[in-house]
Amino acid sequence: MANGIKLQDESSIIYKLTHLNWTFIVLTVVMACIGFSALYSAGGGNMDPWASRQLTRFLIGLVALLIVAMVDIRWWYKLAYPIYFIGLFLLVIVEIMGQVGMGAQRWINLGFIQLQPSELMKIAVVLALAKYFHAATRDDMASFRFLLPAAILILAPVSLVLLQPDLGTSLMIIMAGIIMVFLAGAPILYFIIAGGIAAAAAPIGWMFMHDYQKQRVLTFLNPESDPLGSGYHIIQSKIALGSGGVEGKGFLDGTQSRLNFLPEKQTDFIFTLWAEEWGLIGGVFLLLIAGLIFYYGIRISLKCRHAFGSLMALGLTVNYSLYVFINIAMVMGLIPVVGAPLPLVSYGGTSMLAILISFGLIQCCNVHRDAKLPRM
Amino acid sequence: MAMEKENDRGKSFTRRAFIIGAGQGLLLGVLAGRLAWLQVAQGTRYKTLAEKNRINVKMVAPSRGEIVDRFGVPFAVNNQNFRVLIIPEQTDGLEDSLKKLSKIIELNQKDIKHVLQVAKKSASFLPVEVRDNLSWEDISKVEVNITDLPGVGTDVGEIRNYPFKEATAHIVGYVGAVNESEIDQDKMLTLPGFRIGKTGIEKAYDKNLRGEAGRAEMEVNVIGREVRELKNKKSMTGKRIVLTIDAELQLYAQQRLSTTRSASSVIMDARTGAVYALNSYPSFDPNEFTSGISAERWEELLNDPAFPLTNKSIAGQYPPGSTFKMVTALAGLEAGIITSRSAFNCPGHYDLGSDRFHCWKRGGHGIVNLESALAQSCDTYFYKIATDIGIDRIADMAHRLGLGERLGFELSEEKPGLMPDKDWKRGRFGQKWQPGETIVASIGQGYILTTPLQLATMTCRLVNGGYAVKPWVTGFVGTNSGLDTSWPKLELNQAHLDLIKKGMYQVVNIKKGTAYSSRIEDSIMAMGGKTGTAQVKRITKQERAAGIRNEDLAWQFRHHALFVGYAPVDNPRYVCAVVVEHGGGGSTAAAPIAKDLLIMAQKRDPGTEPLKDPNEGNGIEELPRRKPGMIGG
Repeated sequence: MANGIKLQDESSIIYKLTHLNWTFIVLTVVMACIGFSALYSAGGGNMDPWASRQLTRFLIGLVALLIVAMVDIRWWYKLAYPIYFIGLFLLVIVEIMGQVGMGAQRWINLGFIQLQPSELMKIAVVLALAKYFHAATRDDMASFRFLLPAAILILAPVSLVLLQPDLGTSLMIIMAGIIMVFLAGAPILYFIIAGGIAAAAAPIGWMFMHDYQKQRVLTFLNPESDPLGSGYHIIQSKIALGSGGVEGKGFLDGTQSRLNFLPEKQTDFIFTLWAEEWGLIGGVFLLLIAGLIFYYGIRISLKCRHAFGSLMALGLTVNYSLYVFINIAMVMGLIPVVGAPLPLVSYGGTSMLAILISFGLIQCCNVHRDAKLPRM
Repeated sequence: MAMEKENDRGKSFTRRAFIIGAGQGLLLGVLAGRLAWLQVAQGTRYKTLAEKNRINVKMVAPSRGEIVDRFGVPFAVNNQNFRVLIIPEQTDGLEDSLKKLSKIIELNQKDIKHVLQVAKKSASFLPVEVRDNLSWEDISKVEVNITDLPGVGTDVGEIRNYPFKEATAHIVGYVGAVNESEIDQDKMLTLPGFRIGKTGIEKAYDKNLRGEAGRAEMEVNVIGREVRELKNKKSMTGKRIVLTIDAELQLYAQQRLSTTRSASSVIMDARTGAVYALNSYPSFDPNEFTSGISAERWEELLNDPAFPLTNKSIAGQYPPGSTFKMVTALAGLEAGIITSRSAFNCPGHYDLGSDRFHCWKRGGHGIVNLESALAQSCDTYFYKIATDIGIDRIADMAHRLGLGERLGFELSEEKPGLMPDKDWKRGRFGQKWQPGETIVASIGQGYILTTPLQLATMTCRLVNGGYAVKPWVTGFVGTNSGLDTSWPKLELNQAHLDLIKKGMYQVVNIKKGTAYSSRIEDSIMAMGGKTGTAQVKRITKQERAAGIRNEDLAWQFRHHALFVGYAPVDNPRYVCAVVVEHGGGGSTAAAPIAKDLLIMAQKRDPGTEPLKDPNEGNGIEELPRRKPGMIGG
């Protein structure tokens, strides 16, 4: 058979480059460009202090994306658990010696970058679950004993992130994990049961919440009750967004963000700034680009011939979409302020790097869609 | 088998992936919907909120309108107020800067402490006032050194100034800081340092004088720092108030009154009611109020028994004494109780039942008719007719002549005085009016109280042919003329009025007249008038027996001296009322002053240059200003 030759071809860089999903990469760049322009505006029409640094990071991240995509997927398959445990270890390190910032311990200072292990953990959980479910049979998926280790894979990092405490990230990991379990084929009945238990456990969870987290939930329910305190963010964000109208106030003319009424305009509230200046048209455009990214992510997942790749690509797409939904719903006052960035657009190194690496893994699935993975 | 299972699982995955994809699409739709809701449906609302966020509307205080006399001589103006300000964030250490500044201008430890305190409380980019009311020299010194004083700046504000000081204090009044109770719908009043009229014209025409605040719309950032100016509407200077007062006459009258301990006077136009001078002595310097009066000085003014803060010409209420006799006489004439030929004998007293009422002249005046009774101020004559007329007809005549009620004068300090009658007494004391009280009232004693302004108005109405003039002092507010001066005619018999006038002529111009020594010898300027001496404390029988005269009593128990006069006698134009508090006799204390004032009024003759409507061209604003020092010209 021509198998041998084909394998040779498949491992060559040229082959791999041509088998990247370039539309997906273009969409990634477009999304990043939205970010650059918004950060340029946030800087008052200056590349400094945010846009230029974001651009550098993006370029570095793009290289990382390509490298990740080129690596033989079998390596990622082999490394799935080690990466997971390294992530877990880093979370423990953060817990022990992490720096105190924003009332929560979230990052390790590596000197050149503030590493936020929880961001990497989101990818690691998807990787580990994809590997765990790779060879799962239908009977396995119905077996409680088979699913228990998967639950532990999800809950171990979640509990560590909760300790930081970072409610937003832990919820995102749980949601991504549940969706992975769902995709892997667990019976629907289990989700109904789990949902019922979660609903019953919610009041207990409330008791364990930090005051500031409780406050955020309460403020979300009635932001005007505290216009100068926690509600300030949501009110100001809605004012900035709403005042943008259909056509927006124009590039660099967003008054609310420029005059600093909008808090955290360069990070979590970057979408507000964007939609203030570009209006409904710009906002919908951004959502459309995000939607296309989801679409191509799912397409790559479906075209992948092995369960590991399919699960990983879709899991990571879901992970990205969770960021988008949570961030945008938050700035529009649909959900409480949880402190989640809009990846590729918000200013911030770790989230951008994490998303670009996860996009690299998705691309890796595209490149290695026909790879033979062991079945254990 | 395995392949089948694989396919089966693949199908399940595809189905579930599709569900996830659909879920994502749905959520994106929700987000887009929410965005459209905020930006389209609620867009207008949020736009307004955004503007409110961003725009800080600053009010710009307008300049207060000027107050000037009939010739444009300024009574109240805005002087430049030089201030030194400091912007804490621009200094290299606020305290050091203030210390440096204290070497240039006078700045004591208290001032520095105050600045530091204020600076602590306000945002560091807001200027803090260090000193105000600085001289031009001081401000120049600061300006010269400004490069060594980062953060220090100067500016020019406005401060009200009254160039005539004491002389116009009671008419013009003064401005002061806004009290809580004075805050109305006008947001301007909340401006820091805003001043409003507290007394006089400043109070009466405050709303006109205020002007309209300008609006500067400033774009501000979240901490309130001004980023740029968006819109600017200039403030409108307040209306200019032109008074009917003649500054020179006013100044002269004030100086003339200062020869007494406490006095007030009114000079007005018998034909129009225009007030040419309105004086009250002692007075105060209103400039002390605008720059912040000390507590000691305030106490001193308040406790002065001569009431320097009160405008006695309109708020001083005195028994009119014999100046009231014209009212009694005219009431008698109009009632037909006396005629020009009625004559009585005055034995020096009048008996009503068992009560004996004395004439001021012991031994009496002998046979007196109306003119001689007025000329010699014979009390008995009026006692006699008063009983026949009755108090109500006297009171009615008094009201018709402008006594006993407010005349609608512009200054809110105006007091009504009091003209008693039977109803009043019943209402006030629940008692019947006694005939003896009518006798006392007929010579302006007892309950009757009048203000100098009322006495002047009464005199106007007596000598102008019976027109019910009212006093007024504002000629123009901006370009709008003040009062309509076509006065209604009182239904009075001209022959009766002529008779009264004849009597008033004789008061001054015949030897027996009580004010003969104050006659104006220049016949063109000759005046008529009536003296009055109002009892403050009754001389008891014992005192009378002991030969104690009024002059021997303590100042506050002495009689008030009054005089009402008009000139020239043949064609009366200027009317003057003078009240010297506790001055003794009207003929000795008040008449000489009235004489001087009427001479000056005729020399100045402000009435011949009437206020003209500025709308008709050649308005008062274009009239040449009279130069100071024209007195006697």
